[in-house]
Amino acid sequence: MRIELQKRARVSPLFSILSPLLALVLTLLFGAIMFWLLGKNPLSALYIYFVEPLLEIWSLHELAVKAAPLILIAVGLAVCYRSNNWNIGAEGQFTIGAITGSILPVMYPAWHSPMILPLMLILGMIGGALYAGIPALLKTRFNTNEILTSLMLVYIAQLYLDWLVRGPWRDPQGNNFPITKTFQIEAVVPEILSSSGRAHWAFVFAIVAAVALWFMMRFMLKGFEVSVLGQSERAGRFAGFSARRMVWFSMLLSGALAGLAGISEVSGSIGHLQPVISPGYGFTAIIVAFLGRLNPLGIIASGLVLALTYLGGEAAQLSIGISDKVSRVFQGLLLFFVLSCDTLIHYRIRLIFAGAKTAEVKG
Amino acid sequence: MFEAILLTVITASTPLVLAALGELVTERSGVLNLGVEGMMIMGAACAFVAAQLTGSPYIGLLAGILGGGVFSLLFGLLTLTLVANQVATGLALTILGLGLSGQIGEAFVGQPGIKLQPIVFPLLSDIPFFGRVLFAQDLTFYLSVVLVIGINWFLFRSRTGLKLRAIGDNHASAHALGINVIRTRYLAVMFGGACAGLAGAQLSLVYTPQWVENMSAGRGWIALALVVFASWRPWRVLAGGYLFGAVGIGQLHAQILAQNLGIVIPSQFLSALPYAATIVVLIIISHNRRTTLINTPASLGKPFVPDR
Repeated sequence: MRIELQKRARVSPLFSILSPLLALVLTLLFGAIMFWLLGKNPLSALYIYFVEPLLEIWSLHELAVKAAPLILIAVGLAVCYRSNNWNIGAEGQFTIGAITGSILPVMYPAWHSPMILPLMLILGMIGGALYAGIPALLKTRFNTNEILTSLMLVYIAQLYLDWLVRGPWRDPQGNNFPITKTFQIEAVVPEILSSSGRAHWAFVFAIVAAVALWFMMRFMLKGFEVSVLGQSERAGRFAGFSARRMVWFSMLLSGALAGLAGISEVSGSIGHLQPVISPGYGFTAIIVAFLGRLNPLGIIASGLVLALTYLGGEAAQLSIGISDKVSRVFQGLLLFFVLSCDTLIHYRIRLIFAGAKTAEVKG
Repeated sequence: MFEAILLTVITASTPLVLAALGELVTERSGVLNLGVEGMMIMGAACAFVAAQLTGSPYIGLLAGILGGGVFSLLFGLLTLTLVANQVATGLALTILGLGLSGQIGEAFVGQPGIKLQPIVFPLLSDIPFFGRVLFAQDLTFYLSVVLVIGINWFLFRSRTGLKLRAIGDNHASAHALGINVIRTRYLAVMFGGACAGLAGAQLSLVYTPQWVENMSAGRGWIALALVVFASWRPWRVLAGGYLFGAVGIGQLHAQILAQNLGIVIPSQFLSALPYAATIVVLIIISHNRRTTLINTPASLGKPFVPDR
């Protein structure tokens, strides 16, 4: 038996919608098998993982807290990937954005002004954009592969943050912990509904960014330019689009959004800088982008789904003693199934059995 | 002193060389597998666990090779059979590998590992200066050298190697000539996975014989850069691997040296050196667009669907 692909004449609209759902179902199925292998009751484990976090208000707030950075980063990455620029260093741009955004509260802890937060967010975006500008510069100027350079820069950014919080930026009154001073209240991203939970304005930024980019991709020339250059650089050149400028545009945009996610996370969720500020948001956002089929509105939904795997992981660790590594396995599986189900959109899959094959050759 | 440094450089370089050699063969067949990091860490986890359970580091080594090879089949299935995007699938492989290996190795965290012992060639290792460096190493080092010679012969002197390169340069023409593109690519991907698995096994059985989560620490990505650096040639992989390994070891010695001299260099800056060096090397290698184009397998990363 073998599998044969037959190109569809048109993209299947049915499978465009079904494929992410199919991927989710398959992931859950494999998840159930994995829980069973670990000696847990699969149904109750899946319930704790994927349903329980949705039943309480405070927990929904946590979902928004975790989804915000994922969506912010992923919508930027979607523009990159659509235009065939493979920025996989969002984790680094997130880190640098968090650092540059924190300059003001760390250096001027006594500055109490409503101006400080907007300035921090802008600085965070600039920092993330500049850091993403390095692979963009190297790609446009030296033809260097952006996948490898952007990834190497992640390690460098993390080491730099580690040095900052253990060295020059360490809080002298912090009992020798490697953390900076806690940000002054004016420098904290405010909560949306502080009476019921922790969700802060980063979630709103994420939704706004997603809708804005959806609008751009759908209705603006720039969005068309992104798609054309991504599908065929040659065709783009005939239309007068510059692939080089697109490298800059997409990398700076995704870097700025990752930087915004970084400073919002540090300011809104953590309150100070510390050696580790992200449970891999920059990498998980890659999955979010693909699960959302590189469509900004789809990414809002997929960001919530992936945020749920983080929450479920924490819940399962507490209540049934499953390690939090299971979340990473879930995330990896999900991306695998998304990618394989996407094949159904462009191809018809046919199973061909040995007997049928000879008949086909004769015919 | 010098000999000791050379020995550590070799130990640090061998995993890079092994993983890069496997990826080189995969890429020569026109497939870009960015999942080296994931296959490597899977190899490391499988090797460590198998060695712990059986007590034999050689069975561990074998388990590492198998672990990497089998894991790479997932990549093959997606990119070759289902023509999924190779870049995205490679990333998926890395993410899944990091998660799965953490799961596999979790029960073994903190256990003392079983070290793969060196095989000493009696007379040769007594040669002054380089005898011990070259002839008193563990099996993985010897394998890395044998693989360089073997792959070089295979790619440039054998008929099958010629076919593999033909597929990598133009899969449509190769298909028209009757070469089985998909099958060859499956084998190339699995070979790459097995090599990455072996590299991972070296990490958890030789380099630091224990299980630590994420212990590959970006080496899979550096191996990918190494293939570009080597412009897809096995001997240059060997040379480049030692260069990268030397940078990694050099920064460790620099940290100790600086400490002894009382100079304060933040350790983080030195730890960042291998990554920074990788970027610099990539710039130097790729800034000449023409030589890059000549060396890169022309079908690299492009999906192939046979038309019938």
